[in-house]
Amino acid sequence: MVDYEQLLSDRVKEVKPSGIRKFFDVVATMPDAISLGVGEPDFETPWQIRRAGIQSLEKGQTFYTSNWGLAELRRQIAALTRRKYQLCYDADKEILVTVGGSEAIDNTIRALVNPGEEVLIPEPSFVCYTPLTQMAGGVPVPLPTRVEDQFKLTADALRAAITPRTKLLILPYPNNPTGAIMTRDELEAIAAVLRDTNIIVLSDEIYCSLTYGKDPHVCFAELPGMQERTIVVDGFSKSYAMTGWRLGWAMGPKELMRHICKVHQFGIMSAPTTAQFAGIEAIRSGEDDIERMRTQYDIRRRYLLGELRSMGLACFEPQGAFYMFPSITSTGLSCEEFCERLLKEQKVAVVPGSAFGASGEGHVRISYSYSMSHLREACFRMRKFLQSLS
Amino acid sequence: MENPEKLLDLLSQDARLTPAQLAAMTGASEEEVTDALRTFEKNSTILGYKTVIDWDKTAKESVTALIEVKITPQKGMGFDEIARQIYSHHQVESVYLMSGGFDLTVIIKDRSMREVARFVSEQLAPMENVLSTGTHFILKKYKDYGVEFDPSDNDKREVMIAW
Ligand SMILES: Cc1ncc(COP(=O)(O)O)c(C=O)c1O
Repeated sequence: MVDYEQLLSDRVKEVKPSGIRKFFDVVATMPDAISLGVGEPDFETPWQIRRAGIQSLEKGQTFYTSNWGLAELRRQIAALTRRKYQLCYDADKEILVTVGGSEAIDNTIRALVNPGEEVLIPEPSFVCYTPLTQMAGGVPVPLPTRVEDQFKLTADALRAAITPRTKLLILPYPNNPTGAIMTRDELEAIAAVLRDTNIIVLSDEIYCSLTYGKDPHVCFAELPGMQERTIVVDGFSKSYAMTGWRLGWAMGPKELMRHICKVHQFGIMSAPTTAQFAGIEAIRSGEDDIERMRTQYDIRRRYLLGELRSMGLACFEPQGAFYMFPSITSTGLSCEEFCERLLKEQKVAVVPGSAFGASGEGHVRISYSYSMSHLREACFRMRKFLQSLS
Repeated sequence: MENPEKLLDLLSQDARLTPAQLAAMTGASEEEVTDALRTFEKNSTILGYKTVIDWDKTAKESVTALIEVKITPQKGMGFDEIARQIYSHHQVESVYLMSGGFDLTVIIKDRSMREVARFVSEQLAPMENVLSTGTHFILKKYKDYGVEFDPSDNDKREVMIAW
C-alpha cells in the first residue's frame, strides 16, 4: 500500500485545507439556497472586450507570447499606470503579465522569500497569502486589524511586528473581505515606518477600480521612496469583470522583476494569449464599463448597508471592493455557527469571517456582487433569520 | 436633494423600492426622497408604477400586436388628435409617433387574435385619417422594459473554494 501522507512534501502538508470547504460543498447541493458568498463580479465581460478575444482567435493568434506578455499589452498597462498614478514603469523590464493577480502574488513571494523569513500579512484578508508563504518556506506573520481602526493597517501595528527576519509586507487594500481602503495619509504613515528598513512591499491592488469615496485609489508606489521597494499587483478580474480569463500583472523595480519573471517563465511560460488580446481592448476602451459597474456596486453597497443596519447588525461602511463585513457578535453565535444556521434555516450562504484569519471571528463576509433582486430576497431571508434568534 | 434624477434611474429598475431604501441607496434623507418623488409625480415626470408580468405563465389568455399605421393629417386634425382618438381605446397599450415609413406604432393587447383583428378592422382602419394599417402579432417576448423573461441560467458563477 502506498503511504500517501509520507509522499507529500512537508510544506504542502503544513497548508491547512479550508475548513469552510465542507460548508460550501453543502451549498452546491441545495437548489433553493441563495448565495452571497461569491468573490467575483456578477457582470459578464463587456462585449467589445470579448469580441477582441474572439477576433484574435479568428486571426489565428494561438501561440505563446513573450514570457513577459504581449508588448502592446505591457505598453497599455504602462500608459494606464501613468494616467492613473503618474507613475512610470518600463514596459520592457518592469511589467510582467501573469495568470491573474494570483500568479503575480505567488511569483513575487517565491522570488523573494527564503526559508525562515517572515511575511507580514494584515488580516482579515484574502486567503492566498498565508499558504503561498508557507509553500515558499516563509513564515506568515498575521497583523490583526480592528474594526475600531476601520480594518486599516496602522503604523504602530506594523512597527511592532517588524523583526530582523521580516522580508515582505503584504498590503491588501482595497481589502477583501472588509472593504477597507487606505488613504494617502494612512499609507504615508506606513511608508514612514518602512523607509529605513530593507522590507519589500507586495501591494495587492486588484480592487483599485472599485472605491466609493470622493478620493481616487492611491497606489502605494506613489508615495515618496516607495516605488523602488514595491511590487504592485493588479489585474483584469475585478475591474473589467474578467475573472475567467485569468489575466493580471505585477510591476516593480527591474532588479526584482527579472527574477520574478524567472519564476513565471519556468512555471507558466506565458499568460493565455486570447486573454491578453482581450486585455489590450479592456484597457483601451473599458473605462466607461468600469464606471458603469462601479455605479451599480455603489448602489447595492448603500442598499445592503442600510438593510444590514436596520436588521440590527453593526456594520462598518466599506469603501472599496464589493464586500460587507458586518459584526454578528450581537447574536451570541460564533461566525461559523451563524453561517451554518443561516444556511440551514433560511438557505442563505455567507462566508464566516474566520476564513480570512483569526481576527475575522465575530464577522461574516457578504458579497454584493449580485443583482438587486437577488440581494433583496437574501435580505428578506436574513431579516427573518435574525428575528427568529431574538 | 442632490441629483434627484438618480431616483428615476433606480425606480425605473425597481418600482417597489421604499423611500427608506432609496434614501440609503442615494445618501439622501428619507424626507428628501419623499419630497422629490412627490414633485416628480405632481409635474407628471413619474406617470405611474407598473409590474412586468410574463402573462404566458398565467391562465389568462392574451395576445399583443404591433400595428403600423399610416395617416393623412387633415385640416384641423394633427397627429396628436388622431393619436388621442386611437389611444383612448382601452385595448391600446402604447402609441408612438414614428419617423420613417409609417406614422404611428400602435401596440394593442387583447384576449385573442380575433379580438385584435376586430379592433383593427372595425375601429382603426375605418378612421377617416387612417390610410393603411399593417398588423404584426408578437409571438414571444424575450425582454420587456429591460427585464429578461427567462432568467433561469443567469448566474454562471461556480462556487470557488478560495475566496
Ligand atoms: C484581494 C485579492 N487579490 C487577488 C485576487 C486574485 O484575483 P485574480 O487571480 O483573478 O486576478 C483576489 C480574488 O478574489 C482577491 O480578492
